[in-house]
Amino acid sequence: MSSQSGIFNSSIGRKIAMALSALFLIIFLIQHFTINVTSTFSPETFNSWSHFMGTNPLVQFVLQPVLLFGVTLHFVLGFILTARNRGARDVKYVRYNGNAHSSWMSRNMIWSGLFILFFLGFHFYDFWIPEINYKYIERLPADETRYYHEVQEMFHNPVRVVIYVLSFIFLSLHLLHGFQSSFQSMGARNPKYFPAIEKFGKLYSILIPAGFIFIALFHYINSL
Amino acid sequence: MDLTLKVWRQPNGSTKGKMEDYQVSGIDGDMSFLEMMDILNEQLIEKGEDPVAFDHDCREGICGMCSMQINGEPHGPEKATTTCQLHMRKFKNGDTIYIEPFRANGFPVVKDLAVDRSSFDRIIQAGGYISVNTSGNTLDGNAIPVEKKNADMAFNAATCIGCGACVAACPNASAMLFTSAKVSQLALLPQGRVEASKRVQNMVHQMDLEGFGNCSNVGACAEECPKEISLENIARMNREYLSASISSE
Ligand code: SF4
Ligand code: FES
Repeated sequence: MSSQSGIFNSSIGRKIAMALSALFLIIFLIQHFTINVTSTFSPETFNSWSHFMGTNPLVQFVLQPVLLFGVTLHFVLGFILTARNRGARDVKYVRYNGNAHSSWMSRNMIWSGLFILFFLGFHFYDFWIPEINYKYIERLPADETRYYHEVQEMFHNPVRVVIYVLSFIFLSLHLLHGFQSSFQSMGARNPKYFPAIEKFGKLYSILIPAGFIFIALFHYINSL
Repeated sequence: MDLTLKVWRQPNGSTKGKMEDYQVSGIDGDMSFLEMMDILNEQLIEKGEDPVAFDHDCREGICGMCSMQINGEPHGPEKATTTCQLHMRKFKNGDTIYIEPFRANGFPVVKDLAVDRSSFDRIIQAGGYISVNTSGNTLDGNAIPVEKKNADMAFNAATCIGCGACVAACPNASAMLFTSAKVSQLALLPQGRVEASKRVQNMVHQMDLEGFGNCSNVGACAEECPKEISLENIARMNREYLSASISSE
Protein backbone atom coordinates (compact mmCIF):
# COMPACT_ATOMS: atom_id res chain seq x y z
CA MET A 1 0.00 0.00 0.00
CA SER A 2 1.16 3.50 -0.74
CA SER A 3 2.42 5.85 1.91
CA GLN A 4 0.21 8.51 3.43
CA SER A 5 0.73 12.15 4.12
CA GLY A 6 -0.08 13.60 7.54
CA ILE A 7 -3.64 14.19 8.57
CA PHE A 8 -3.63 17.97 8.05
CA ASN A 9 -2.23 17.60 4.56
CA SER A 10 -5.21 15.51 3.60
CA SER A 11 -8.55 16.71 2.33
CA ILE A 12 -10.35 15.16 5.29
CA GLY A 13 -7.86 16.61 7.79
CA ARG A 14 -8.42 20.12 6.44
CA LYS A 15 -12.13 19.53 6.54
CA ILE A 16 -11.96 18.52 10.19
CA ALA A 17 -9.83 21.56 11.07
CA MET A 18 -12.39 23.75 9.31
CA ALA A 19 -15.22 22.13 11.27
CA LEU A 20 -13.45 22.37 14.64
CA SER A 21 -12.73 26.07 14.21
CA ALA A 22 -16.32 26.58 13.05
CA LEU A 23 -17.76 24.86 16.11
CA PHE A 24 -15.53 26.95 18.33
CA LEU A 25 -16.74 30.16 16.63
CA ILE A 26 -20.35 29.01 16.90
CA ILE A 27 -19.93 28.69 20.68
CA PHE A 28 -18.15 32.04 20.83
CA LEU A 29 -21.07 33.71 19.05
CA ILE A 30 -23.48 32.56 21.77
CA GLN A 31 -21.26 34.04 24.44
CA HIS A 32 -20.86 37.31 22.54
CA PHE A 33 -24.59 37.53 21.95
CA THR A 34 -25.47 36.82 25.57
CA ILE A 35 -23.32 39.73 26.76
CA ASN A 36 -24.48 42.10 24.05
CA VAL A 37 -28.15 41.46 24.54
CA THR A 38 -27.94 42.64 28.15
CA SER A 39 -27.26 46.12 26.76
CA THR A 40 -30.89 46.27 25.63
CA PHE A 41 -32.38 45.82 29.09
CA SER A 42 -29.71 46.35 31.73
CA PRO A 43 -26.86 48.78 31.05
CA GLU A 44 -25.37 47.90 34.45
CA THR A 45 -25.14 44.18 33.66
CA PHE A 46 -23.71 45.02 30.25
CA ASN A 47 -21.09 47.29 31.80
CA SER A 48 -20.04 44.84 34.46
CA TRP A 49 -19.86 41.86 32.09
CA SER A 50 -17.95 43.88 29.51
CA HIS A 51 -15.59 45.08 32.17
CA PHE A 52 -15.03 41.52 33.32
CA MET A 53 -14.33 40.33 29.76
CA GLY A 54 -12.08 43.32 29.11
CA THR A 55 -9.95 42.97 32.20
CA ASN A 56 -9.94 39.32 33.21
CA PRO A 57 -6.45 37.99 32.40
CA LEU A 58 -7.76 34.54 31.46
CA VAL A 59 -10.11 36.09 28.89
CA GLN A 60 -7.56 38.62 27.68
CA PHE A 61 -4.45 36.51 27.44
CA VAL A 62 -5.78 32.98 26.87
CA LEU A 63 -9.25 33.05 25.36
CA GLN A 64 -8.66 36.12 23.18
CA PRO A 65 -5.54 34.72 21.46
CA VAL A 66 -7.29 31.35 21.01
CA LEU A 67 -10.21 33.18 19.43
CA LEU A 68 -7.92 35.13 17.10
CA PHE A 69 -6.21 31.91 16.14
CA GLY A 70 -9.57 30.20 15.51
CA VAL A 71 -10.82 33.02 13.30
CA THR A 72 -7.58 33.21 11.35
CA LEU A 73 -7.37 29.45 10.88
CA HIS A 74 -10.97 29.37 9.69
CA PHE A 75 -10.62 32.02 7.02
CA VAL A 76 -7.14 31.04 5.87
CA LEU A 77 -8.33 27.43 5.45
CA GLY A 78 -11.41 28.77 3.69
CA PHE A 79 -9.20 30.56 1.15
CA ILE A 80 -6.97 27.52 0.67
CA LEU A 81 -9.95 25.19 0.21
CA THR A 82 -11.63 27.53 -2.25
CA ALA A 83 -8.46 27.97 -4.31
CA ARG A 84 -7.87 24.21 -4.41
CA ASN A 85 -11.46 23.47 -5.28
CA ARG A 86 -11.50 26.01 -8.10
CA GLY A 87 -8.30 24.41 -9.32
CA ALA A 88 -9.88 20.96 -9.40
CA ARG A 89 -11.92 21.85 -12.47
CA ASP A 90 -9.83 23.85 -14.92
CA VAL A 91 -12.35 23.75 -17.76
CA LYS A 92 -15.64 25.07 -16.39
CA TYR A 93 -19.08 23.92 -17.47
CA VAL A 94 -20.83 26.01 -20.10
CA ARG A 95 -24.03 25.21 -18.22
CA TYR A 96 -24.06 24.29 -14.56
CA ASN A 97 -27.44 23.95 -12.91
CA GLY A 98 -26.39 24.25 -9.27
CA ASN A 99 -29.88 24.95 -7.96
CA ALA A 100 -31.01 21.54 -9.17
CA HIS A 101 -28.99 19.81 -6.51
CA SER A 102 -27.71 22.16 -3.83
CA SER A 103 -28.43 25.33 -1.90
CA TRP A 104 -27.06 28.71 -2.90
CA MET A 105 -25.58 29.08 0.59
CA SER A 106 -23.54 25.89 0.33
CA ARG A 107 -22.03 26.91 -3.01
CA ASN A 108 -21.19 30.46 -1.96
CA MET A 109 -19.56 30.07 1.45
CA ILE A 110 -16.56 32.01 0.19
CA TRP A 111 -18.70 35.08 -0.63
CA SER A 112 -20.68 35.09 2.61
CA GLY A 113 -17.38 34.39 4.38
CA LEU A 114 -15.60 37.27 2.67
CA PHE A 115 -18.37 39.66 3.65
CA ILE A 116 -18.10 38.49 7.26
CA LEU A 117 -14.33 38.92 7.12
CA PHE A 118 -14.76 42.46 5.86
CA PHE A 119 -17.19 43.03 8.70
CA LEU A 120 -14.69 41.63 11.21
CA GLY A 121 -12.13 44.13 9.99
CA PHE A 122 -14.63 46.91 10.44
CA HIS A 123 -15.75 45.62 13.83
CA PHE A 124 -12.15 45.43 15.03
CA TYR A 125 -11.56 48.96 13.88
CA ASP A 126 -14.72 50.03 15.69
CA PHE A 127 -14.35 48.30 19.02
CA TRP A 128 -11.31 46.18 19.41
CA ILE A 129 -8.57 48.61 18.33
CA PRO A 130 -9.96 51.45 20.49
CA GLU A 131 -10.17 48.95 23.38
CA ILE A 132 -6.57 47.87 23.00
CA ASN A 133 -5.57 51.48 22.65
CA TYR A 134 -7.52 52.47 25.74
CA LYS A 135 -6.19 49.70 27.93
CA TYR A 136 -2.71 48.88 26.77
CA ILE A 137 -1.36 51.84 24.81
CA GLU A 138 -2.73 54.96 26.39
CA ARG A 139 -3.31 53.07 29.63
CA LEU A 140 -6.29 55.20 30.54
CA PRO A 141 -7.81 54.67 33.99
CA ALA A 142 -10.26 51.80 34.16
CA ASP A 143 -13.83 53.01 33.89
CA GLU A 144 -16.44 50.37 34.55
CA THR A 145 -19.28 52.41 33.13
CA ARG A 146 -17.89 53.46 29.75
CA TYR A 147 -19.00 50.42 27.70
CA TYR A 148 -22.69 51.18 27.44
CA HIS A 149 -22.04 54.74 26.27
CA GLU A 150 -19.55 53.54 23.68
CA VAL A 151 -22.18 51.23 22.21
CA GLN A 152 -24.77 53.97 22.20
CA GLU A 153 -22.41 56.29 20.37
CA MET A 154 -21.47 53.69 17.78
CA PHE A 155 -25.01 52.86 16.79
CA HIS A 156 -25.97 56.46 16.40
CA ASN A 157 -24.59 56.32 12.87
CA PRO A 158 -27.09 54.83 10.35
CA VAL A 159 -24.33 53.79 7.90
CA ARG A 160 -22.75 51.64 10.57
CA VAL A 161 -26.12 50.15 11.46
CA VAL A 162 -26.72 49.22 7.80
CA ILE A 163 -23.30 47.55 7.56
CA TYR A 164 -23.96 45.62 10.75
CA VAL A 165 -27.40 44.48 9.63
CA LEU A 166 -26.11 43.35 6.21
CA SER A 167 -23.23 41.50 7.82
CA PHE A 168 -25.54 39.58 10.10
CA ILE A 169 -27.66 38.59 7.12
CA PHE A 170 -24.51 37.17 5.51
CA LEU A 171 -23.60 35.52 8.80
CA SER A 172 -26.99 33.86 8.80
CA LEU A 173 -26.50 32.59 5.23
CA HIS A 174 -23.02 31.34 6.16
CA LEU A 175 -24.35 29.51 9.21
CA LEU A 176 -27.32 28.00 7.40
CA HIS A 177 -24.87 25.81 5.53
CA GLY A 178 -21.98 25.89 7.98
CA PHE A 179 -23.69 24.72 11.14
CA GLN A 180 -24.86 21.31 9.94
CA SER A 181 -21.84 21.07 7.65
CA SER A 182 -19.42 21.17 10.57
CA PHE A 183 -21.22 18.24 12.20
CA GLN A 184 -21.11 16.29 8.95
CA SER A 185 -17.37 16.97 8.66
CA MET A 186 -16.78 15.61 12.14
CA GLY A 187 -18.54 12.44 11.04
CA ALA A 188 -21.57 13.17 13.20
CA ARG A 189 -24.30 12.21 10.82
CA ASN A 190 -26.79 9.43 11.10
CA PRO A 191 -30.43 9.27 10.08
CA LYS A 192 -31.57 9.13 13.69
CA TYR A 193 -30.16 12.35 15.09
CA PHE A 194 -29.01 14.36 12.09
CA PRO A 195 -32.47 15.85 11.33
CA ALA A 196 -32.44 17.28 14.88
CA ILE A 197 -28.98 18.81 14.30
CA GLU A 198 -30.22 20.34 11.06
CA LYS A 199 -33.29 21.78 12.76
CA PHE A 200 -31.33 23.21 15.64
CA GLY A 201 -28.76 24.56 13.17
CA LYS A 202 -31.46 26.38 11.22
CA LEU A 203 -32.88 27.91 14.38
CA TYR A 204 -29.44 28.98 15.57
CA SER A 205 -28.51 30.40 12.15
CA ILE A 206 -31.59 32.57 12.05
CA LEU A 207 -32.10 33.48 15.71
CA ILE A 208 -28.55 34.48 16.69
CA PRO A 209 -27.97 36.85 13.71
CA ALA A 210 -31.53 38.16 14.12
CA GLY A 211 -30.71 38.84 17.77
CA PHE A 212 -27.59 40.80 16.83
CA ILE A 213 -29.63 42.78 14.28
CA PHE A 214 -32.17 43.51 16.99
CA ILE A 215 -29.43 44.86 19.28
CA ALA A 216 -28.04 47.16 16.58
CA LEU A 217 -31.49 48.46 15.63
CA PHE A 218 -32.48 48.86 19.28
CA HIS A 219 -29.57 51.19 19.98
CA TYR A 220 -30.06 53.07 16.75
CA ILE A 221 -33.76 53.67 17.40
CA ASN A 222 -32.99 54.66 20.99
CA SER A 223 -30.51 57.23 19.78
CA LEU A 224 -33.02 58.99 17.51
CA MET B 1 -39.82 15.89 -31.38
CA ASP B 2 -37.33 18.34 -32.91
CA LEU B 3 -34.42 19.41 -30.76
CA THR B 4 -31.42 21.70 -30.86
CA LEU B 5 -28.35 20.13 -29.32
CA LYS B 6 -25.35 22.08 -28.07
CA VAL B 7 -22.64 19.46 -27.85
CA TRP B 8 -19.07 19.75 -26.56
CA ARG B 9 -16.63 18.75 -29.30
CA GLN B 10 -13.01 18.19 -28.49
CA PRO B 11 -10.81 16.07 -30.79
CA ASN B 12 -8.50 14.92 -27.97
CA GLY B 13 -7.19 15.72 -24.53
CA SER B 14 -4.53 18.13 -25.70
CA THR B 15 -6.72 20.26 -27.98
CA LYS B 16 -9.17 22.88 -26.76
CA GLY B 17 -12.82 22.04 -27.22
CA LYS B 18 -15.95 24.07 -27.97
CA MET B 19 -19.71 23.78 -28.12
CA GLU B 20 -21.24 22.95 -31.52
CA ASP B 21 -24.91 23.24 -32.52
CA TYR B 22 -26.80 20.34 -34.10
CA GLN B 23 -30.44 19.81 -35.07
CA VAL B 24 -32.12 16.45 -34.64
CA SER B 25 -35.69 15.68 -35.65
CA GLY B 26 -38.15 12.82 -35.36
CA ILE B 27 -37.11 12.00 -31.79
CA ASP B 28 -39.63 9.72 -30.05
CA GLY B 29 -40.46 10.16 -26.35
CA ASP B 30 -39.81 6.45 -25.76
CA MET B 31 -36.23 6.68 -26.96
CA SER B 32 -33.47 6.83 -24.41
CA PHE B 33 -31.09 9.76 -24.39
CA LEU B 34 -28.35 7.55 -25.82
CA GLU B 35 -30.63 6.44 -28.67
CA MET B 36 -31.16 10.09 -29.45
CA MET B 37 -27.37 10.47 -29.52
CA ASP B 38 -27.18 7.45 -31.87
CA ILE B 39 -29.54 9.23 -34.28
CA LEU B 40 -27.38 12.35 -34.14
CA ASN B 41 -24.31 10.22 -34.89
CA GLU B 42 -26.00 8.48 -37.84
CA GLN B 43 -26.80 11.91 -39.26
CA LEU B 44 -23.19 13.00 -38.82
CA ILE B 45 -21.80 9.82 -40.40
CA GLU B 46 -24.15 10.19 -43.39
CA LYS B 47 -22.83 13.70 -43.87
CA GLY B 48 -19.28 12.38 -43.65
CA GLU B 49 -18.60 14.18 -40.36
CA ASP B 50 -16.96 12.86 -37.23
CA PRO B 51 -19.57 11.26 -34.89
CA VAL B 52 -19.75 12.44 -31.28
CA ALA B 53 -17.72 10.16 -29.00
CA PHE B 54 -19.52 9.19 -25.81
CA ASP B 55 -19.15 6.34 -23.33
CA HIS B 56 -21.79 3.63 -22.87
CA ASP B 57 -21.90 -0.07 -22.29
CA CYS B 58 -24.81 -1.86 -20.60
CA ARG B 59 -27.51 0.68 -21.47
CA GLU B 60 -29.52 -0.64 -18.55
CA GLY B 61 -28.29 1.52 -15.70
CA ILE B 62 -25.80 -0.82 -14.09
CA CYS B 63 -22.35 -0.25 -15.56
CA GLY B 64 -21.96 3.48 -14.96
CA MET B 65 -20.25 4.20 -18.26
CA CYS B 66 -22.73 6.68 -19.75
CA SER B 67 -21.27 9.94 -18.49
CA MET B 68 -22.82 13.12 -19.75
CA GLN B 69 -23.63 16.48 -18.26
CA ILE B 70 -27.09 17.28 -19.63
CA ASN B 71 -28.44 20.81 -19.16
CA GLY B 72 -26.03 21.37 -16.31
CA GLU B 73 -26.73 18.13 -14.44
CA PRO B 74 -24.94 14.78 -14.63
CA HIS B 75 -27.23 12.24 -16.34
CA GLY B 76 -29.83 14.95 -16.94
CA PRO B 77 -32.82 16.21 -15.02
CA GLU B 78 -34.31 12.96 -13.71
CA LYS B 79 -33.39 11.81 -10.20
CA ALA B 80 -31.65 8.47 -9.60
CA THR B 81 -31.24 7.81 -13.32
CA THR B 82 -28.29 7.18 -15.59
CA THR B 83 -28.15 8.76 -19.05
CA CYS B 84 -29.00 5.44 -20.73
CA GLN B 85 -32.17 5.22 -18.62
CA LEU B 86 -33.23 8.79 -19.26
CA HIS B 87 -36.17 8.94 -21.67
CA MET B 88 -36.64 11.64 -24.24
CA ARG B 89 -40.17 12.20 -22.95
CA LYS B 90 -38.50 14.27 -20.24
CA PHE B 91 -37.88 16.91 -22.93
CA LYS B 92 -40.24 19.01 -25.02
CA ASN B 93 -40.40 19.64 -28.75
CA GLY B 94 -38.20 22.62 -29.61
CA ASP B 95 -35.99 22.28 -26.51
CA THR B 96 -32.33 23.22 -26.61
CA ILE B 97 -30.19 20.67 -24.74
CA TYR B 98 -26.64 21.35 -23.54
CA ILE B 99 -24.49 18.22 -23.56
CA GLU B 100 -21.03 18.36 -21.98
CA PRO B 101 -18.56 15.85 -20.63
CA PHE B 102 -18.19 15.28 -16.87
CA ARG B 103 -15.70 17.99 -15.99
CA ALA B 104 -12.97 17.55 -13.40
CA ASN B 105 -9.20 17.53 -13.54
CA GLY B 106 -9.44 13.98 -12.17
CA PHE B 107 -11.45 13.04 -15.29
CA PRO B 108 -9.46 14.27 -18.30
CA VAL B 109 -11.36 14.40 -21.59
CA VAL B 110 -10.40 11.63 -24.03
CA LYS B 111 -12.58 12.85 -26.86
CA ASP B 112 -15.82 14.89 -27.02
CA LEU B 113 -17.99 13.54 -24.20
CA ALA B 114 -15.80 10.59 -23.25
CA VAL B 115 -13.63 11.10 -20.17
CA ASP B 116 -10.97 8.98 -18.57
CA ARG B 117 -12.21 7.80 -15.17
CA SER B 118 -9.30 5.49 -14.38
CA SER B 119 -8.54 7.72 -11.39
CA PHE B 120 -11.42 5.84 -9.74
CA ASP B 121 -9.71 2.52 -10.51
CA ARG B 122 -6.54 3.76 -8.85
CA ILE B 123 -8.52 4.77 -5.74
CA ILE B 124 -9.94 1.24 -5.58
CA GLN B 125 -6.48 -0.25 -6.12
CA ALA B 126 -5.19 1.77 -3.17
CA GLY B 127 -7.35 -0.17 -0.73
CA GLY B 128 -10.81 -1.03 -1.98
CA TYR B 129 -10.42 -4.74 -1.42
CA ILE B 130 -10.03 -7.34 1.30
CA SER B 131 -7.12 -9.74 1.42
CA VAL B 132 -8.43 -13.29 1.23
CA ASN B 133 -6.52 -16.52 1.08
CA THR B 134 -7.56 -18.16 -2.19
CA SER B 135 -5.37 -21.21 -1.81
CA GLY B 136 -8.31 -23.59 -1.89
CA ASN B 137 -9.31 -23.30 1.77
CA THR B 138 -11.35 -20.16 1.18
CA LEU B 139 -13.90 -19.55 3.92
CA ASP B 140 -17.53 -19.13 2.98
CA GLY B 141 -18.30 -15.45 3.53
CA ASN B 142 -21.82 -16.36 4.64
CA ALA B 143 -20.43 -18.32 7.57
CA ILE B 144 -19.58 -15.05 9.33
CA PRO B 145 -22.65 -13.51 10.99
CA VAL B 146 -23.35 -9.89 10.00
CA GLU B 147 -25.92 -7.70 11.67
CA LYS B 148 -28.84 -7.08 9.30
CA LYS B 149 -28.60 -3.29 9.60
CA ASN B 150 -24.90 -3.33 8.70
CA ALA B 151 -25.45 -5.79 5.89
CA ASP B 152 -28.08 -3.47 4.42
CA MET B 153 -25.90 -0.38 4.73
CA ALA B 154 -22.93 -2.19 3.21
CA PHE B 155 -25.10 -3.41 0.37
CA ASN B 156 -26.44 0.07 -0.29
CA ALA B 157 -22.92 1.47 -0.40
CA ALA B 158 -21.90 -1.33 -2.73
CA THR B 159 -24.54 -0.33 -5.28
CA CYS B 160 -22.23 2.53 -6.34
CA ILE B 161 -21.47 1.92 -10.02
CA GLY B 162 -18.46 4.23 -10.15
CA CYS B 163 -20.09 6.46 -12.75
CA GLY B 164 -18.53 9.70 -11.50
CA ALA B 165 -21.74 11.74 -11.47
CA CYS B 166 -20.89 12.76 -7.90
CA VAL B 167 -17.65 14.38 -9.07
CA ALA B 168 -19.36 15.94 -12.07
CA ALA B 169 -22.09 17.52 -9.96
CA CYS B 170 -19.85 18.74 -7.15
CA PRO B 171 -18.89 22.43 -7.42
CA ASN B 172 -15.52 21.35 -5.97
CA ALA B 173 -15.12 18.31 -8.25
CA SER B 174 -14.67 16.22 -5.11
CA ALA B 175 -14.69 12.42 -5.25
CA MET B 176 -15.73 11.96 -1.62
CA LEU B 177 -19.06 10.26 -2.27
CA PHE B 178 -17.55 7.60 -4.51
CA THR B 179 -14.58 6.99 -2.21
CA SER B 180 -16.78 6.91 0.87
CA ALA B 181 -19.12 4.36 -0.71
CA LYS B 182 -16.14 2.15 -1.49
CA VAL B 183 -14.73 2.60 2.01
CA SER B 184 -18.11 1.98 3.65
CA GLN B 185 -19.07 -1.17 1.79
CA LEU B 186 -16.06 -2.89 3.36
CA ALA B 187 -15.78 -1.02 6.66
CA LEU B 188 -19.28 -2.14 7.64
CA LEU B 189 -18.50 -5.85 7.30
CA PRO B 190 -16.36 -8.00 9.61
CA GLN B 191 -14.18 -9.11 6.70
CA GLY B 192 -13.40 -5.47 5.95
CA ARG B 193 -12.51 -4.45 9.48
CA VAL B 194 -9.12 -6.17 9.38
CA GLU B 195 -7.63 -3.67 6.92
CA ALA B 196 -10.05 -0.82 7.64
CA SER B 197 -7.59 1.65 9.06
CA LYS B 198 -4.97 1.32 6.30
CA ARG B 199 -7.70 1.20 3.68
CA VAL B 200 -9.29 4.52 4.48
CA GLN B 201 -5.95 6.29 4.74
CA ASN B 202 -4.63 4.91 1.49
CA MET B 203 -7.80 5.49 -0.48
CA VAL B 204 -8.14 9.08 0.75
CA HIS B 205 -4.49 9.68 -0.02
CA GLN B 206 -4.94 8.37 -3.56
CA MET B 207 -8.12 10.44 -3.98
CA ASP B 208 -6.15 13.56 -3.05
CA LEU B 209 -3.31 12.64 -5.42
CA GLU B 210 -5.73 12.35 -8.33
CA GLY B 211 -6.50 16.07 -8.13
CA PHE B 212 -10.10 15.97 -6.96
CA GLY B 213 -11.32 18.93 -4.91
CA ASN B 214 -12.14 19.07 -1.20
CA CYS B 215 -15.59 18.21 0.05
CA SER B 216 -17.45 21.17 1.55
CA ASN B 217 -20.66 19.24 2.28
CA VAL B 218 -22.64 20.86 -0.52
CA GLY B 219 -24.52 17.60 -1.05
CA ALA B 220 -24.87 17.89 -4.83
CA CYS B 221 -23.26 14.43 -5.19
CA ALA B 222 -25.94 12.56 -3.27
CA GLU B 223 -28.70 14.47 -5.08
CA GLU B 224 -27.31 13.52 -8.47
CA CYS B 225 -26.12 9.98 -7.71
CA PRO B 226 -28.04 7.48 -9.88
CA LYS B 227 -27.79 4.94 -7.06
CA GLU B 228 -28.76 7.38 -4.32
CA ILE B 229 -25.61 6.81 -2.28
CA SER B 230 -26.16 8.90 0.86
CA LEU B 231 -24.05 11.50 2.64
CA GLU B 232 -23.92 9.21 5.68
CA ASN B 233 -21.17 7.37 3.82
CA ILE B 234 -19.03 10.50 3.70
CA ALA B 235 -19.58 11.04 7.42
CA ARG B 236 -18.58 7.42 8.02
CA MET B 237 -15.43 7.89 5.97
CA ASN B 238 -14.59 11.05 7.96
CA ARG B 239 -14.98 9.07 11.19
CA GLU B 240 -12.96 6.15 9.87
CA TYR B 241 -10.24 8.49 8.68
CA LEU B 242 -10.11 10.46 11.92
CA SER B 243 -9.86 7.36 14.09
CA ALA B 244 -7.35 5.73 11.72
CA SER B 245 -5.14 8.83 11.79
CA ILE B 246 -5.28 9.07 15.57
CA SER B 247 -4.62 5.41 16.22
CA SER B 248 -2.12 4.59 13.45
CA GLU B 249 1.52 4.30 14.41
S1 SF4 C 1 -21.41 7.50 -5.57
FE1 SF4 C 1 -23.14 7.54 -7.03
S2 SF4 C 1 -22.60 9.18 -8.44
FE2 SF4 C 1 -20.71 8.64 -7.38
S3 SF4 C 1 -19.71 7.12 -8.62
FE3 SF4 C 1 -20.98 5.98 -7.16
S4 SF4 C 1 -22.93 5.67 -8.22
FE4 SF4 C 1 -21.87 7.26 -9.36
S1 FES D 1 -24.60 2.53 -20.19
FE1 FES D 1 -24.36 1.32 -18.41
S2 FES D 1 -25.21 2.60 -16.89
FE2 FES D 1 -25.66 3.69 -18.70
